[in-house]
This record gives sequence, structure tokens and C-alpha cells, in this order.
Amino acid sequence: MSSYSGDATPIFRRHHWIALVPAIALVFSPYFANRIEPRIAGMPFMLGWIVFWVIMTAVLMGIILRIDRQQNANDSDE
Amino acid sequence: MNISFGILGLTLLVALLFCLRGVRTATTLEQWSVGGRGFGTAFVFLLLAGEIYTTFTFLGGSGWAYGKGAPAFYIISYGTVAYIMSYWLLPAIWKRGHAWKVLSQPEFFTRAYDSPLLGKIVAIVGIIALIPYLVLQLRGLGIIVSEVSEGAVSTTIAIWIGAVSTVVYVVLAGIKGSALNAALKDILVLIAVVGLGIALPYHHFGGIGPMFDKIIAAKPGFLTLPETGQSSSWFVSTVLLTALGYYMWPHTFGSLFSAKNSNAFRRNAALLPIYQLILLFVFFVGFAALLVVPGLTGADVDLSLLRIVRATYGPWVLGFVGAAGMLTALVPGSMIMMSAATMLARLFKPAPVPYTHDANSNAIPKISNNSDLTLARWLVPVVAAVAVFFTFQGGATLVSLLLMGYSMVTQLFPSMIAVLTGSRMSAAGAIAGIVVGEATVSALTVSKATLAVMLPSWPHGVTDLNVGVVALGLNLLAMFVVNAVVGGGTMQAQFVPTRSASS
Repeated sequence: MSSYSGDATPIFRRHHWIALVPAIALVFSPYFANRIEPRIAGMPFMLGWIVFWVIMTAVLMGIILRIDRQQNANDSDE
Repeated sequence: MNISFGILGLTLLVALLFCLRGVRTATTLEQWSVGGRGFGTAFVFLLLAGEIYTTFTFLGGSGWAYGKGAPAFYIISYGTVAYIMSYWLLPAIWKRGHAWKVLSQPEFFTRAYDSPLLGKIVAIVGIIALIPYLVLQLRGLGIIVSEVSEGAVSTTIAIWIGAVSTVVYVVLAGIKGSALNAALKDILVLIAVVGLGIALPYHHFGGIGPMFDKIIAAKPGFLTLPETGQSSSWFVSTVLLTALGYYMWPHTFGSLFSAKNSNAFRRNAALLPIYQLILLFVFFVGFAALLVVPGLTGADVDLSLLRIVRATYGPWVLGFVGAAGMLTALVPGSMIMMSAATMLARLFKPAPVPYTHDANSNAIPKISNNSDLTLARWLVPVVAAVAVFFTFQGGATLVSLLLMGYSMVTQLFPSMIAVLTGSRMSAAGAIAGIVVGEATVSALTVSKATLAVMLPSWPHGVTDLNVGVVALGLNLLAMFVVNAVVGGGTMQAQFVPTRSASS
């Protein structure tokens, strides 16, 4: 057994591309959302946009993690 | 002596008691600085969150919302982008660090490039970048204590008390003390910030929406990015640069190796974004303060959170908020001190060959001995003393020093990625890139140059870019040019033995 056996290598898999969506939405948020209206839960649109994508990041990264776990369980022959 | 100050003192005492739990196990440098590499998801989460949400978040986040408006939103964005990257970045770093049995960032670079010189350069960069970060925590601590005690305790005494307490608990307990206090801190901060972020807008304006209505009416344009200056291209370039630098801070990097396995990081990539939303409530406090306690300018915007609490609530609340704020300075402060001391110790006294191989060609660690730990412990007060010295020295230059620190650690990113992607980058290429990058950062910081000054006739989309882009560009250029001249390195070969053993 190696020093990191049992730990699946995080190679880049096809479903990992999902992570690009929130990354682009957040990095380039001013180009999508640099305005006040429409307000989101009382917040200016840009702040609401960022908050929405932060929550989506958690959701999407959770989905990626879940798919990876299932695939690792299937692939595992150890 | 008032009530709020009593609460502050009590919290400090509890924090010191907490750290005593780590004393028994802190017998080797490995136990002291990375907890024997045995931390699970919860502890790693607390440590990462604990170092990341610092007094800058607590006081600086509300201060930015108060003083700058929409540009402050970048703080939520870059952290989240860094967490997305962390899903791939941190397991890759951890795996190599674990196989190589390294405790710190410089050792990581030394092993990766088989170059002690590169390791020394990285250590020096890290120590220089950490000092202003530590100064910032101490100054924040001074602000909190003097505000909460309503001037009864001077900033000078507060800084000394804070520095000495941090040194004591770092020296005694190491990383376990930090993890327990990170838990206490996070609970207090969560209650304080979420509570204030909701209560203050309702108390003063009847809700979040009505509060923003008032700001829009009073300061048109405050809640969108301006056309020039901190404009859209500033936002994008700053989010990208700081996200790249996020995990390059030596103390953050070092604490990664406290994880038992790399799964902790992937789970945290999904959890930390939610935690990041604490910043939203910090912003609400800053925006409320803008209308309730207007008139703070310059560095005083950092007082906005404490001022509005003081103006709205009694001493109990002020004491509680102050206690939370104090821990946001002490916990990251302790991590920074520990990291700087570990790096300094290794600089004077390099680690022995990190591993040998057993019959199956698996790496066997050579465990560090007690004298390394003794040296690192002695260096903690030295680091603290230097930081206290600079805390009393500097005035307006503090912010520029912090930005310089951030820009400096970001320069380590290209040669880190070269390691993780298994490219055959040579040590000479990595050294050239880092040295050129750091020299550019220093020159730009000292001369206070911006692209708008250097390229006056260029469009704002270009000149508003964060100047760190220039340093990173020159860094990459130097790296590839020198690498092409001297030829590829051998670092990939180093990682192959352990890797092939696993498959």
C-alpha cells in the first residue's frame, strides 16, 4: 500500500466542466450584473447575482463530489 | 472597568485555556505544526475557515462596504472562485506534500524542484509577505480593544497583550490550540455577524430592502461599479489574481498538511462557499453604518462596525462583538506566527532527507526531532517582536503593505502549477519567474505605479487592470524563457516512484 492508498486521484473528468459555470459567473459578474435593478431580496442586482452564484457553487460542487464518489466506488478494485 | 471589556478579558482567558489541550501532544515539530497529519474534515474546515476569516474580513469587509460600496463585492467573489479551484488544487498539493513528508511551503518547493535554493527563496518571500499580514491582525486587535474599552486601554497596551497571548498559546500548543480556538471564534463570529447583519437594518430602517432604498437615494452609483478606477476590468483582474494567491499564503499552504486525507478538501470545496456568505452580513453592517454613523474616512472606515454597534446597543453586545473580533485577530495571528517560525527554523536548519524507501518503494518518513521544535518555538517570539515593531512603525502604508503581501504570494502560483501538472519546468525557470515577479511587485508597490499612469492614452478597460497582472505576466515570461535556455528539469521523476506504487 502506498502512503495515499484509498484516496482517489482527482483527475479531471467530464462532469467537472460544470464547475466552470459558477466560476465564470463570479469572475465576470460585472459584465453580467453591474446594475441595481431588478432588486433581489432587497439587495442591488449585482450583490444578489453574486450571492446566488455562491449558493450555486456549493450546490454544483456538491454534485461533482457526489458523482466522483459514485464513480470511485464503481472503479475501485482495492 | 466596564462590562464589555470584562467580556473581552474572559474570552481571552477561555482561548488560552483551550490551547492547553494541545500541549500534551505537541512534542515533535510535525505534531506542533501539522497536528501529526491526523485532522479530519471538521478540523480542516475550521482551520481553513479560521485562517481565512480574519480581522480584515470582520472590520475590513464592513469598512470596504462603508467606504467603497460595490467594489467590496469582489471579496465574496474571489473567495468562492478560490474554493472552486481548491477541489483540484488542494488534493494535488496535499498528495505530494504527504508523500514527501513536508511541513511547509518552502520544503514543498525544495522537494518538487530538487533545489534548496528555490526553497530558501520561497521561504524568504513567505516570511516577508506574512509580516504585514500579522501586523494587520495586531492593529485590528488594537482597534477592537481600545474601541470596546472606550479608550480605557490604549492601543499600544492592547497590541502588546494580544501579541504576548498569541505567542504563549502558539509556543505551548501549536496547531491544536489554533483549531480549538478556531471553533470558538467561528461560533462567536457567526452569531455576531449574522445577528448584526439582520438586526441592524431592521432596527434602523425596517428591513434590508428599505436600507438599500435609502443608500440608492442618498448615494447614486454607490452600489454599482464605477466607469473608471475600480471598474469592471479592475474587478475581474482582482478577483482572478487574489483567487490564484488564496492558497499560496504560507500559513494556509502549511495547514493543508494537517489533513488526514485529501477527501477533506473536496468536501470543503462544497461547504466553504456557504460559509463565505458570512461576508454578506458583514456588508449589511457596513451599509447600515454608512447611514447611521456617517463621516468616517480613510483608515477610520474600519471602525464602522464597532461604531454602529456602540451607537445602537449596550455594553453586553459591544463586548460580545469585540470578543468575536478579538478572536478573528488572534487565531489567524497564531497560524501566521507558527508558519513564519516553522519556515525560519527550516531556513536555519534544513530538514534531513525526507524519506527513504522500503522494499515496496514506498516512502518512509524520517520524523523530525525535538530540537527542530525547540528552535521553531524560540523563533515565535522573534517573529512576534518584528510584527509588533512594524505595527508601531507604519501608518498609512499598511494597506499597501498588505496588497504587496498578496501580490507576492500570488507570484508563487505559476511554479506551483508547473509542479502539479507534472511539467518539466526546471528549478532555474521557477527561480527566474519568482524573482522577476517579486521584483516587479516590489517596484510597482514602492513607486505606487498604476497602469493608468504608465499608459495614459490606453482605454480604461486596460488601464484599470490590477497591476499584479503585469508582475504575473513578467513572471511567466521569465519562467519560460529561462527554462527554454537551460532545458527541462527532473522534478517529475521525483514523484513517479510513489505514484506508481499506488496504481
